[in-house]
Amino acid sequence: MAAARVLEADDVGRVIGRIAHEILEKSRGSSGVILLGIPTRGVPLARRIADRMASIEGHPVPVGSLDVTMYRDDIGLRGPRPLSATDIPAEGIDDAIVVLVDDVLFSGRTIRAALDAVNDIGRPRAVRLAVLVDRGHRELPIRADHVGKNLPTSLAESVQVHLVETDGVDEVLLGSRDAS
Amino acid sequence: MSAPSSDEAITDASAREIVLRDIRLMGDSQAVDVRFTDGRIAAIGAAAVADAQPEARVIEAAGRIGLPGLVDLHTHLREPGREDTETIETGCQAAALGGFTAVHAMANTQPVADTAGVVEQVWRRGREVGLCDVIPVGAVTVGLSGERLAELGAMAESAAQVRVFSDDGICVSDPLLMRRALEYVKAFDGVIAQHAQEPRLTLGAQMNEGELSGELGLTGWPAVAEEAIIARDVLLAEHVGSRLHVCHLSTRGSVEIIRWAKARGIDVTAEVTPHHLMLTEDLARTYDPLFKVNPPLRSADDVEAVRAGLADGTIDIVATDHAPHAHEDKDCEWSAGAFGMLGLQTAIGVVAATMVEPGNLTWAQVGDRMSFAPARIGRVADHGRPLEVGEPANLVIIDPDAPWEVRADRMASRSRNTPYVERTLPVSVWATFLRGRPTVMAGALT
Amino acid sequence: MKHLLSAADLDREEALTLLDTAEELASVTDRAVKKLPTLRGRTVANLFFEDSTRTRLSFEAAAKRLSADVITFTAKGSSVSKGETLKDTALTLEAMGAQVIVLRHHASGAAQRLAESGWIGASVINAGDGTHEHPTQALLDAYTLRQHLRGGSGDLQGLRVVIVGDILHSRVARSNVALLTTLGARVTLVAPPTLVPVGVESWNCDVTFDFDDSLSDADAVMMLRVQSERMNAAYFPSAHEYSRRYGLDSMRAAQLPDHAVVLHPGPMNRGMEITAEVADGPRALIVDQVANGVSVRMAVLYQVLSSEEGAA
Repeated sequence: MAAARVLEADDVGRVIGRIAHEILEKSRGSSGVILLGIPTRGVPLARRIADRMASIEGHPVPVGSLDVTMYRDDIGLRGPRPLSATDIPAEGIDDAIVVLVDDVLFSGRTIRAALDAVNDIGRPRAVRLAVLVDRGHRELPIRADHVGKNLPTSLAESVQVHLVETDGVDEVLLGSRDAS
Repeated sequence: MSAPSSDEAITDASAREIVLRDIRLMGDSQAVDVRFTDGRIAAIGAAAVADAQPEARVIEAAGRIGLPGLVDLHTHLREPGREDTETIETGCQAAALGGFTAVHAMANTQPVADTAGVVEQVWRRGREVGLCDVIPVGAVTVGLSGERLAELGAMAESAAQVRVFSDDGICVSDPLLMRRALEYVKAFDGVIAQHAQEPRLTLGAQMNEGELSGELGLTGWPAVAEEAIIARDVLLAEHVGSRLHVCHLSTRGSVEIIRWAKARGIDVTAEVTPHHLMLTEDLARTYDPLFKVNPPLRSADDVEAVRAGLADGTIDIVATDHAPHAHEDKDCEWSAGAFGMLGLQTAIGVVAATMVEPGNLTWAQVGDRMSFAPARIGRVADHGRPLEVGEPANLVIIDPDAPWEVRADRMASRSRNTPYVERTLPVSVWATFLRGRPTVMAGALT
Repeated sequence: MKHLLSAADLDREEALTLLDTAEELASVTDRAVKKLPTLRGRTVANLFFEDSTRTRLSFEAAAKRLSADVITFTAKGSSVSKGETLKDTALTLEAMGAQVIVLRHHASGAAQRLAESGWIGASVINAGDGTHEHPTQALLDAYTLRQHLRGGSGDLQGLRVVIVGDILHSRVARSNVALLTTLGARVTLVAPPTLVPVGVESWNCDVTFDFDDSLSDADAVMMLRVQSERMNAAYFPSAHEYSRRYGLDSMRAAQLPDHAVVLHPGPMNRGMEITAEVADGPRALIVDQVANGVSVRMAVLYQVLSSEEGAA
């Protein structure tokens, strides 16, 4: 099925820039802010946002990754999933403002798992959420603080995020759902 | 000579005389008619029908094969002592369904059959059941303990007229005791049937020793433990001028030793079980004790060698070593499982599949390996006789075109441990006659 | 992967997945809450017919770190009294809610029998069956070797591992030969001729009766406990002769390349197959093995319980 490109490469870049500014605005600077990307594509996104924040503020922003596979609520329903790396910056997350970064916000279950994982790692001052795309259809009371693009979809549609780091190109595609 | 046949008064007129029409005796291509009268073969050929009484029962054999009633030289009937696994009655039912008219009941019962009293008890029970002649085997040593000779003479003279003696289950490993036993039975034309297993080389053994046992982590039962005893025993038999019978031969080396011994004129006979003709050690990969037996299932090369040995007569007979076991002794892990497999009901089918179908034995030769020769070794008077006028009417009718799937619930035995489950055997026993009376007809007990 | 019965069943990809998963799970000990909720509400049953505090505690710790409930059955001694058959005990544990049974048993093939007999529907993890296999031991050995000699990732291509001891009766040896070879290592077995199984020439490894010969190019030496409880004395003339010819002492350890490490599955017979000096020395990774055992067993529990057929 032909997918429509709803975000081009340039759009992705602009959106990342806006999210970086929003985070800085909300936390009044980058002090105490830690970005944790949720694998797979949340990780390069988090790095890019961190780089953008660093170039605005003039000093580096800690960034890491948080694999949530072991916290999912569907263990045993779809076979064992391989684990990705969990890499928490050396300063830890206690009393920090943790911003979780993911590519697509959908049912909210991944973020629920991420909140449980964060809870087991430490006690941040606050946890916020930044996503590239919010496609609706939440199954839990979860909302993002920073959204790149709001994209209302039907359940018959699929959203694909491609990034240069993982897929060779920056784009967001909207297509029909096939057997995925 | 062995025990006289049970004589029941045959009062039913149609039971006194039976005409079998169209039966291929000894597998002969030409079918004939046969008449039984008062327990004997009265006529073969045209006279069978022509001179029959009007009330004679006529049975259409329809071209099926007739062999002399099968004689098993090696069966475990478990009574007395383990009637939970088999009784003389259920064992004889399985035997009749397997085409047997005589079985030798091994002595490792509880109590052991090492006195005239116990063997007579077994013999009498067999007569009572009346489905198959039960010929008790006497133990060689008291309690099978391998220390002193049992009263072999008393057992020979008893009503059971024992001629075959065996500590089967256990090897008579003491060379001096084996020598004495071989010498002693000469007095009454007895034979020692040896379970060849050097105990010191098979401590804790679970399966054939080889690459597979090393891989599976199961203690091996090396071929040399069987061969070394056979080699010793044939030399002893030669030295004392006695005859020897070797139970359940299982290896290539054993066949070669027997061949050598016979060429030398040593009076030795040997048996092979149906399972050693068909099954190999690979079945141990399942760790299912259904396939655990003593001697163990061996390699494909050994199977080839015993088949060739049976074909050329180096191995004289097929004997089942029918060994019933309770469910809990097989429904467990391998090392906790008991050794032994059922064999009476499936024997002729396995021999057909492994020897007749590939052309290694003719039906006439099957008649020799499973009737003439075992009766001769056991000195059984009225079984394993030629199918000729005047001989006792002990006969099995085999349907060569009736394949059947082996299922645990089809076993007449009290136990269910047959290793052939879900296999199809190519021939079925259609009828069995014991002294002219059918014990099995149309594949079912009468 | 519903069951883990033998290391020989694992292909390279499955083995690497387990090791990589263990790698990630190892960092749980660095967290504030040293637990993952993954197996919450699942019950893991330890069914130990053979005495083994070490392995049992390791599986217990692994299960608990994944928030599973653990029930344990240990049979006293090697004789099984009435009612304590493998089948009966397994049925009892399953009736009590166990979704996976971790089995250690003295009969080779017991784990496979339990998995395939149709008695139970639960998953089975082999924690050591007779002299047959001990797959999680091999996994933790491979993990430890990878950690120290391959930077903690990838396979063991080209690694030379020498395994010394009672190979004949050793399930650790069998599992390691299979797994290490699958991961690309080259294994050499060292033992007196009486302690190697018939047919060992067909195994995918080298065999030598000369320990000293194998030292100079070994990357790792794995010493096996010489199990006096399993054999009669005819396997070797005396303990003294055995340790003289096949024991790892400081002199032999000095012949090893500088980077070479020493492993032992435990428990050790100090003075018999290994001297106290070597066991407590800098090359020995025995304590690491124990720690890694928990991570590896967490990975195995996760793989088994999250497989679709294994789902409750």
